[in-house]
Amino acid sequence: MGQADLTMEGHSPGLMTGPPFAIPTKKLAMWLFIIADTMTFSACLVAYGFLRNATPDWPRPFHGMVNVALMTFILLTSSLTMFLGVRAAKAGDKAGALRWTMITALAGIGFAFLHIREWLGLISEGMTLFKNPWGTGLFGSAFFSVTGLHITHVIAGVIALIVVGMRYKGGRYNADDIEIVGLYWHFVDLVWMFVVPFVYLLNLAH
Amino acid sequence: MVAQDAHDPHGNDPHAHAIHAHAAPTSFIRKYIFSLDHKVIGLQYYFLALAAVFVGMFLSLLMRIHMIWPTANLPLIGEIKPETYLSLLTMHGTIMVFFVLTTAPQGGFGNYFLPIQIGAPDMAFPVLNMLSFWTTFIAFMVILAAFFVTGGAPLHGWTGYAPLSALQSAGPGEQLGADLWITSIAIFCVASLMGALNFITTVLDLRAKGMTMMRMPLTVWAWFITAILGLLAFGVLLSAGILLLLDRNLGTSFYVPLVVVNGQIMGHKGGSPLLWQHLFWFFGHPEVYIAILPGMGVASQLLSTFSRKPIFGYKAMVYALMGIGFLGFMVWGHHMFMSGMSPYSAFAFSIMTMAIGVPSAIKTFNWLGTIRGGRVRFQTPMLYAIGFVSLFVSGGLSGPFLAQPVLDIPLHDTAFVVGHFHLIMGVAAIFGMFAATYYWFPKMFGRMMNEKWGRVHFFLTLAGTYAIFMPMHYLGMAGQPRRYSQFTELAYLQHLIPLNRFMTYAAFVTIAAQFIFVINLFWSMFKGPKASDNPWEATTLEWTTATPPPHDNFGGRTPVVYHGPYEYSVTGAPKDYVMQNDPATVTSH
Repeated sequence: MGQADLTMEGHSPGLMTGPPFAIPTKKLAMWLFIIADTMTFSACLVAYGFLRNATPDWPRPFHGMVNVALMTFILLTSSLTMFLGVRAAKAGDKAGALRWTMITALAGIGFAFLHIREWLGLISEGMTLFKNPWGTGLFGSAFFSVTGLHITHVIAGVIALIVVGMRYKGGRYNADDIEIVGLYWHFVDLVWMFVVPFVYLLNLAH
Repeated sequence: MVAQDAHDPHGNDPHAHAIHAHAAPTSFIRKYIFSLDHKVIGLQYYFLALAAVFVGMFLSLLMRIHMIWPTANLPLIGEIKPETYLSLLTMHGTIMVFFVLTTAPQGGFGNYFLPIQIGAPDMAFPVLNMLSFWTTFIAFMVILAAFFVTGGAPLHGWTGYAPLSALQSAGPGEQLGADLWITSIAIFCVASLMGALNFITTVLDLRAKGMTMMRMPLTVWAWFITAILGLLAFGVLLSAGILLLLDRNLGTSFYVPLVVVNGQIMGHKGGSPLLWQHLFWFFGHPEVYIAILPGMGVASQLLSTFSRKPIFGYKAMVYALMGIGFLGFMVWGHHMFMSGMSPYSAFAFSIMTMAIGVPSAIKTFNWLGTIRGGRVRFQTPMLYAIGFVSLFVSGGLSGPFLAQPVLDIPLHDTAFVVGHFHLIMGVAAIFGMFAATYYWFPKMFGRMMNEKWGRVHFFLTLAGTYAIFMPMHYLGMAGQPRRYSQFTELAYLQHLIPLNRFMTYAAFVTIAAQFIFVINLFWSMFKGPKASDNPWEATTLEWTTATPPPHDNFGGRTPVVYHGPYEYSVTGAPKDYVMQNDPATVTSH
């Protein structure tokens, strides 16, 4: 199996007992990273929930759902294309895997574009990190922190998809690496599925 | 992705260099500075912590001096002003908790001995391991910088309670110094997360053949559980710290309600100082177990080895470690009984906190059961392991008092709390480190430490720390508040001044005794008698390899494990111990 030489090359691979549950070392590390990152996101979301509950004049400024629905659609679809990329890589279809990975990255760029456009729209309406025209300034603080942390992850994910894709094309990385970056991408998607109800739906205007 | 470049400084095709990557690095920089070898990185962590502990100890010395001579004019430092005193306690706490108690037991000894004890040639991700150390190093430099900027070091204590920590104008140290403090903590979080990920992966994936989970030494179990706690806790502190930085510098109000400082209304509005307390203590309570669990592992290992008996209740010890780790995440509210929380919440936190007494007691009685009836060898490492148990019990017994809201409310923010956590998380953890140092020194440096001076150091430190911290319980009950820079003027505390003076004198002696340790450490490194490969006649894998261990730990061979970690006094065996890699089939005991 390849996982020993991926991480410990030169250290007589094959002499290890082999990982439990057949999780290769790098994939295990990605799962652990996801666990740690879940805690980071949770802390931000808990902070937001705590403040929202404690604030009587919490604003509910969102009128339409079109933009966020489109963003969600794009991100969910990108999880599908990521899945197709991993499946192609496992089947040995290099061209297909590369194509789907790059389509996923493009979807990520599209998501980031829509999100930044939304941010700019809110900023032009007078919303900043510490004040907004609708109510407590905490709304902007929480909105920009939670979605900012998420968009940072999306942008990092796009970069990772492109880097892993190119290295996969060049032969340095294999199907496992596509799967590992895919895990990260699905995680970023999953986080968004928490952000949408908590940050958008709960703050829809009546 | 990092691992791909693990042993590949040139960025070549990983398969091309697989044959010669075995060779140890030869240049000075690759060998000692940016080393990928877990043993070198472990020593780097250790010496970083050693430097940090002397900084922290010096700060505590200044505090003890100030407490009994508040107006003394100290050479070079001058008179310690009240705000300076607050800076001292903040920096003492932060440096000790993060850069000593978190760094040395896990980053230092864990790094050095975890891979060897499970029979692995290195950590799973050597480059990540190197990055963890250097990120920790940068964090340490950043926090030290806080001493030298305008306004000096922050005043808000190691817990960084808002709004004091969230307002630039809250005090002299709350300007750039506080920003550096938070930045340092955030960097430290990242370093610890990288380390935790590496430790967990290594334990799960890199064990030698035959090294099942239930054959791992308890030290490995302790480092493993500690890493899991770190993985779950540091992300929360990272988020909390970033939000605090936003509050301080970008005008948000996560932690700041409407406040007035020096007659001026601040621009903040609507935030909650309690939010910081929740986030901080959700990290902070697991953090105290991050500090103490490795010490428990070391104590278990040593008590068994030096009593020449198997550890009493190995499985119970493992489950107790897990239980303590799990419960550690359920009890953060017991730090916040004073915050006006609902009595029902306080009750729940109280019950959960006292439940931690169960796994703690299991560990304590198993340690005692291990010594009982053993042929105990009272060498220095063993003395420190016994000292650890003693301090763990002494410090732990005041825990159930503080766990009850009705007792915590009068005791909160008094010297009682200071005595409690110094004994259990400070001194006990440090005794774990001393035990580990005396025990593993022969393997790390190939020489023995001086036994006689080791004993002198032990007895002075044991008596000294008890003399400093035990009276704090009494002082707290008598009403002496913590974090007050001057209390000698207060009439109701006058009768406590002689006791405080005694504690300061005890601190002088204890601190002086630490120089015995440092001299012993460095003198023995070069002049100590040569050590054999297994001077303590122990069974775990680090004692089966050369001294000091070669670059790949086992010199090209890979150990195969046949036994549990504590097979001492096995009937029918030729010696009174069976090494873990001994293929002999004698297993009963």
